[in-house]
Amino acid sequence: MSDMKATTEDVKRLAALARVDVDEADLSRFVAEFDSILTYVGKLDELTLPESGRNLSVVRNVLREDENPYESGTWTKQIVEQFPVKEGNSLSVKKIISHD
Amino acid sequence: MTKLLNELSITEAARGLRAQEFSVRELWDACATAAQERNPELNAFLELFDADDAAIEAAQKRIESGEAPLLCGIPLAMKDNILIEGKIASAASKMLSNYRATYDATVTRKLREDGALFIGRTNMDEFAMGSSTEHSAYGPAKNPLDTSRVPGGSSGGSSAAVAANLALAALGTDTGGSIRQPAAHTGLVGMKPTYGAVSRSGLIALGSSLDQAGPLTKSVADAKLLYDVMKGRDPLDATTIPNGTYEKKEVGALLRIGVPRHLLTDGIDEDVAARFNETLARLETEGHTLVDVSLPTSGYALPVYYVIMPAEASANLARFDGVRYGLAERGGSLLEDYLKSRTAGFGTETIRRILLGTFVLSSGYIDAYYRKADQARSVLRAEYDAAFENCDVIAFPTTPSPAFKFGDKSDPVSMYLEDIFTVTANLTGMPAISVPMGNVERDGVSLPTGIHFTAPLGADDLLFKIGALVTDETL
Repeated sequence: MSDMKATTEDVKRLAALARVDVDEADLSRFVAEFDSILTYVGKLDELTLPESGRNLSVVRNVLREDENPYESGTWTKQIVEQFPVKEGNSLSVKKIISHD
Repeated sequence: MTKLLNELSITEAARGLRAQEFSVRELWDACATAAQERNPELNAFLELFDADDAAIEAAQKRIESGEAPLLCGIPLAMKDNILIEGKIASAASKMLSNYRATYDATVTRKLREDGALFIGRTNMDEFAMGSSTEHSAYGPAKNPLDTSRVPGGSSGGSSAAVAANLALAALGTDTGGSIRQPAAHTGLVGMKPTYGAVSRSGLIALGSSLDQAGPLTKSVADAKLLYDVMKGRDPLDATTIPNGTYEKKEVGALLRIGVPRHLLTDGIDEDVAARFNETLARLETEGHTLVDVSLPTSGYALPVYYVIMPAEASANLARFDGVRYGLAERGGSLLEDYLKSRTAGFGTETIRRILLGTFVLSSGYIDAYYRKADQARSVLRAEYDAAFENCDVIAFPTTPSPAFKFGDKSDPVSMYLEDIFTVTANLTGMPAISVPMGNVERDGVSLPTGIHFTAPLGADDLLFKIGALVTDETL
C-alpha cells in the first residue's frame, strides 16, 4: 500500500463519497498532499503485529435501559431555534421523492 | 512584587477572595479589561462574554458564606468546542458560526455548579484539527510570548488567553496533544485525563475514542483542582468510567521515571534535549530513579494516529449536512444542499482529513489501514502496560522544538509531526501531563519548553505528583 499513488480520480471519488466539492485548483494540491500523507502512514506496512492484537478486557459496549425520557417539549424551543427553515415546531426539508 | 489580579493562579485568587483582599467583581474586571485590551492583537478569544452580574453576585455571597468551592468566582476561558448553553459554539468553523448551544456540556455544568465564571470562548484549529490554530476559520491566535509564533494547537486560544493573563485558567480538549502541546509552547501546565475519566457530553467530537477535555493552567495545583471538579462518571457519556475501573498501584514518595532513550536519539532540538536531561537529572538527585524503558511500536504511533483520527473525524463530521442546524446553503436538490453546505462550511484541513478518513475506511483499504492501525493500538497499549511494570511514569519532551513561526509548517506531514510524542497517550487512553521544564532561545526570544509524563490508566493523580516535583509546588 505504501507505493500507492493517489490519482485525481481517486480524490474526486472520495470527495463525492464525503459530500464535498473540491474545485480543480485544490484537486492537484490534495492529490500531492495525499501522496505524502499516505507514504507517511504507509510506514504501518513494515509493522508486524502478533496474531491476537485486540485487547477486549477493558473496552466493551455499554448499553442502558431505554427509560426515563425527558418530558416532551423540554428542549423543543432551543432545538427549533437552530432550524434553518421551519414551520411552527417542524423542520422544513426538501422533497426527496420525485416522479421522474 | 505584587501580582495584578489577572496574573493570579486559581489557588492564589481563591485565597485572596476568602481573605477579602479583593472581590469577585474586581477579579472579573481585571481579566475582562486585560482581555479587551490584548485580544485584538492575540485573537485568543473568538468572543468575550458580557459580565453575568447575577453569577458574579451569587459567587461573592457564596464566598462570604464560607462554604464556597475553590473555583467559585474564578474567571475561566472555554475552548470553542465545549458547549455553554445559549452561547455560540462554533469549533472555529464557518459550519457552526451561527450555532447556539442548546445545553451545557457536562464539564460546563460542573464548573458552573462550583461557581466558576466564563469569560469567553477561545480560538482553536477548526474542529480541533491542527497544532497551531492556523486552521481556525477566524484567523490564528498568537503566542503572547512572541506574536510571530504560534501558541500551539488545537487549544491555542486557550493557551494564549491563560499565558497572557486574560483568564486564570482555561479548558481545552485533547485528541492527539491539543492541550499538552499548546501548554508546552506557552509555558503552562496542560493535562489530558485518562480516557473516560471526564465526560465528553457536550464536546464537539473530533475522534470519539481519543478526545478528552482537560485543564490549561498556570500551576499543577490549578490543573489538579480543575480535574477534580470535572472528573467522574456521567450518565450522558457511556464511555465515562466509574471509580476503581483500573487497579491502583501503590507508589512510594520516590518515583521510578521511565525514559525511552531509543525514541529520543534524533529529531529533537539540542537545547530542548538539554532541558529534558537537566530536569531528569534534578529529579534523580532528589532521589527518584531513572529507568530505561523500551516501547518498540511507539515509532509507529503517529502513522497509527493519522489513520484512526481521520477515520473517526470523517464519521463524526458527517452529521454537519446543512439540514438541522449550522450553515445551510441551498441548491436544487437535497444532495446539492449537502454539497453546498459542507463545501462552504469546512476549511481545507477539515476537508483533507475527511477525505483521508473516507479513504482509510473505504472497502479495499479498511483492512490495510484502519484495522491494522486498530490492532497496532492494542500493541502500543500492551507495551506501555509492560513498561509500567518497571516504572511509575514515562517521560518525553512534550514537543521536539519550541513554538514555531506562523507558516513554518505549511505541509501537512510536518505539522502532524508536532504531535509525535503526545499522540500515544490518546491511542492508549492513558493520562498525560505537560509541565514547563525551562526555556530555550530562538531569534533572541526566550521560549518555554515542556516535559511530558504519561501514567498508567486511572493513575491521573500520579501526574500531579510528578508535575509538582518539576515545578517545585507543594500540593
